[in-house]
Amino acid sequence: MAAALARPRNVLPGFGLSLGFTLAYLSLIVLIPLAAVFIKSSGMGLDKFWAAVSSPRVVASYRLSFGMSLLAAAINAVFGLMLAWALVRYSFPGRRIVDSLVDLPFAMPTAVAGIALTALYAQNGWIGQFLEPIGIQVAFTPLGVLVALVFIGLPFVVRTVQPVLEDLDTDIEEAAATLGASRLQAFTRVVIPTLTPALLTGFALAFARAVGEYGSVIFIAGNIPMVSEITPLMIITKLEQYDYAGATAIAAVMLTISFILLLAINALQAWTNRRSGRES
Amino acid sequence: MTATAGGGLLSAANHHASRFEANPATRDPAWIKWLVLTLALGFFVLFLLVPLLAVFVEALRKGWDAYLAAIVEPDTLSAVRLTLIAAAISVPLNLLFGISAAWAIAKFDFRGKHFLITLIDLPFSVSPVIAGLIYVLIFGAQGWFGPWLQAHDIKIIFAVPGIVLATIFVTFPFIARELIPLMQAQGRDEEEAAIVLGASGWQTFWRVTLPNIKWGLIYGVILCNARAMGEFGAVSVVSGHIRGETNTMPLHVEILYNEYQFAAAFAVASLLALLALVTLVVKSYVEWRAAREPIEVNPE
Repeated sequence: MAAALARPRNVLPGFGLSLGFTLAYLSLIVLIPLAAVFIKSSGMGLDKFWAAVSSPRVVASYRLSFGMSLLAAAINAVFGLMLAWALVRYSFPGRRIVDSLVDLPFAMPTAVAGIALTALYAQNGWIGQFLEPIGIQVAFTPLGVLVALVFIGLPFVVRTVQPVLEDLDTDIEEAAATLGASRLQAFTRVVIPTLTPALLTGFALAFARAVGEYGSVIFIAGNIPMVSEITPLMIITKLEQYDYAGATAIAAVMLTISFILLLAINALQAWTNRRSGRES
Repeated sequence: MTATAGGGLLSAANHHASRFEANPATRDPAWIKWLVLTLALGFFVLFLLVPLLAVFVEALRKGWDAYLAAIVEPDTLSAVRLTLIAAAISVPLNLLFGISAAWAIAKFDFRGKHFLITLIDLPFSVSPVIAGLIYVLIFGAQGWFGPWLQAHDIKIIFAVPGIVLATIFVTFPFIARELIPLMQAQGRDEEEAAIVLGASGWQTFWRVTLPNIKWGLIYGVILCNARAMGEFGAVSVVSGHIRGETNTMPLHVEILYNEYQFAAAFAVASLLALLALVTLVVKSYVEWRAAREPIEVNPE
């Protein structure tokens, strides 16, 4: 954009129309409705607001939602990096199919994923029947929440790390090898630092998605109060009890956290682009 | 790029695994290769492939006849119809928005551009449940316009318009986020040339811009459509779950599942899973085509 000063006057038409429509549509669909959450919750008084967002059942749901989302994002960071590495660095039969199917959680409706995972991990399911004898229960426990969140978060890490890995030229590892580094040293001292911003971005994206996730979780979670209720479910529960103020207060807390995560992700993406020399 | 992560079409690079495996500096020892492949593919099979297969196996558990009967059932067909209506309204509107936002952002300079892009990304980071709630706060019985809507006998919440609104919200950024980086990378030289040579604005758009962004556009539309047809949380809040009236396909899956009609639930779910697979096939095809027609990136 630095060239803008040297550039003659823009001759292209439609600036007013396109920007005007963009801003109007954005305001009507997104900004004004989201503002409603904050306006409604600011009108309810601090005491009532605090009571709604800090009741023990709601606090238990924060602990579950944020704890499991962090754990799921960490699992995805590890396996997502391995999957991205395998897709970029190795040739193996079926590589193209695996590459396409990685996006399945983006394309698959969350409710479908939810009932499929529940069927798999139930006591008599394909996977559950092997876990049951060794005393591990997944369906209808917090572990089930984790499984669902790992499913929906997987593509985020793979798809942020993969392009950076593809752009990574062989020469920096060659230089490391020439200077006497072992393969392990080249990986930990050269490759990993280059991938770190992308890996953190993928982690943050998976985490942000997991915190708000609803459809894939509610079937497998069992939704036991104080044990396996996620925060988005608490909003639904309050709505079903016609407690609109309570639902709105929890939504305000979640939205604030989402905004903070969005800013963090933007900063991380800017860092990724700088580090990998891409234009932002 | 919040929902689709990665750079969409721009990063659809060709695969050159051989360049790493032929080079001793980047070749991993065989045991590492097999260890990473085993762990990565084991994870892939366990978390992606097995759940996908489970949908189809469970759907056909009671045989083809039961499968077909579950699909042609009137409540299912009505859910399919509503899902198609919601997608048919929300995808074109978001397409119009995406093109308009990308045109303003990529072809002009103005202050606050980065902030605008962040705002366009917002719906990606909002929980689907909140996406439904916000429209209840505005149009619901206790909402801002609730009394007025009731007085005029207009139903938005627990009716089709609410479902469409919630679907528009959750699919809002998809097309814009594909087109903005693509059109920014292409710059504005070609359009400026067309205008200087006497083309009108619309001619420039149809003959110059549209052919250049066609693959990115298709890519954005199919991703937007998949999400529009599959959205569950947001639609669940505003739907009211009236069978045969305000049920979309994902909501119908939930109802059948909660009634312990597992085979029927998975039958409807299998249609949605097929849609997801078709989406991925089209997506791979578009990426492959786009990689063959390299985007001319303007070195600005």
